[in-house]
Amino acid sequence: MSKPIVEAREIHKHFGHLHVLKGVDLEVAERELVFVIGPSGSGKSTLLRCLNRLEEPSSGSVVVDGIDMLDPRTDINHARQRIGMVFQSFNLYPHMTALGNVTLALRKVAGKSRGEADVLGMAALERVGLADRAGHTPGQLSGGQQQRVAIARAIALEPRVMLFDEPTSALDPELVGSVLEVMRDLRQSGMTMIVVSHEMGFARNAADRVVFMDDGLIVEQGPPAAIFENPTQERTRAFIGQIQRH
Amino acid sequence: MIESFFNPEIIAAIWPIVLAGLLNTVLLSLIVVPLGLLGGLILALLATVHHPLVRWPLMAWVDFFRAFPPLVLLVLLFAGLPFAGLELGGFACVAIAFFLNTGAYYGEILRAGIDSVPAGQVEAGRSTGLSRLQAMTYIVLPQAVRNVLPDLMSNTLEVVKLTSLGSVVAVPELLFQARQAQSLTYNATPIVLAAIIYFLLLWPLVRLLSRLENRALAGRR
Ligand SMILES: Nc1ncnc2c1ncn2[C@@H]1O[C@H](COP(=O)(O)OP(=O)(O)OP(=O)(O)O)[C@@H](O)[C@H]1O
Ligand SMILES: [Mg+2]
Repeated sequence: MSKPIVEAREIHKHFGHLHVLKGVDLEVAERELVFVIGPSGSGKSTLLRCLNRLEEPSSGSVVVDGIDMLDPRTDINHARQRIGMVFQSFNLYPHMTALGNVTLALRKVAGKSRGEADVLGMAALERVGLADRAGHTPGQLSGGQQQRVAIARAIALEPRVMLFDEPTSALDPELVGSVLEVMRDLRQSGMTMIVVSHEMGFARNAADRVVFMDDGLIVEQGPPAAIFENPTQERTRAFIGQIQRH
Repeated sequence: MIESFFNPEIIAAIWPIVLAGLLNTVLLSLIVVPLGLLGGLILALLATVHHPLVRWPLMAWVDFFRAFPPLVLLVLLFAGLPFAGLELGGFACVAIAFFLNTGAYYGEILRAGIDSVPAGQVEAGRSTGLSRLQAMTYIVLPQAVRNVLPDLMSNTLEVVKLTSLGSVVAVPELLFQARQAQSLTYNATPIVLAAIIYFLLLWPLVRLLSRLENRALAGRR
């Protein structure tokens, strides 16, 4: 394994009395695709959100691409440009066009002129196959197209790591493929990716590693084949059995 | 009857006075509406700070100025402040009273608008590196304003109507000027004229508001 680009150590997260993450260690190597699976409420989203500090960990350390994310001296807005995030519900800005969505941070955070931002934004939309929809607003796009615009919005900033939180679970089944296709392309281009998802087929042929979380802890991890075919932990086995029955 | 309520000769004689009043009403509106919006925006932005030291004073402020009758507030400023050695003109008193009173209303409307924007919108923006202020400016506020546009319009309508309160502190707006003309002519015609002008001024706004409200209803369906 090459040197890790994401290093999370002993992450704890409390919401009031609720202890949601109970000491999670996660190392991700450059160009690695890590899949995170686990039952609802096990803390998968919270873990992802701790990595870019959308959620403040109660304790522990997070280093991404050499930047200490939890150091108060770190310029968090600058650091976040390097960590793209894709949400289950897309969260596109409904009052802007697809291109407007993609170029907002290019202009306001990366400091590009409108002209430069438009060129980069169009290139990003091109990568997700939606250059011809640049002038459409989210309301005029299908769910699959919206999610691809959301991916374009993140990759336009040339992040070092991409976080995906159930990117396909809000989509009609026939639209899932187009989003997975884009994720596969990203992987081929060498993007480091952490993906929370239950798309087992995709995990099987694209993931380097599958991490199983339960009750705020990583219970077991390994190559997809090992986790899906021969889990060593009883809890993993029960969970895999459950989702494969669906 | 026509003689004393809509007398053409009197109209011909007093229309410059009433017209000056109309201009002042428009001018006053163009000052107090932005001022109220500004006050409201400040209050709504403060409301996004969830610190008890901000929250409680803010709530007290908004409640106080919404509960306080604007006419009483105006008279208090105009007739009360001189006793504290501070003599402001009628115009300044109207501006301050409106900033305080209508600001509180605009503030509540804008706050509701901000609350109506899903948290995921800000998170998406912050995840791309936008600061809190940038996310508010470019992502939340445009959507917030759009979501409460009918309420903002309807409050603006009320504010324009309320400018007639200026007559109480001798601001020469439409109602005040009409009363002046009336006392010069011993005739109701100037007041009737002012009433018609108020209606003509506000009616397009009312129509626009109805259309907005209908569209909002249709959008919700
Ligand atoms: N902001 C919050 N405030 C309070 N509790 C929260 C908050 N966010 C998450 N939780 C709680 O933390 C626990 C873990 O939530 P999390 O969203 O990380 O789970 P998850 O593994 O992503 O689940 P799912 O598969 O349903 O998305 C849950 O019990 C949830 O209710
Ligand atoms: Mg989740």
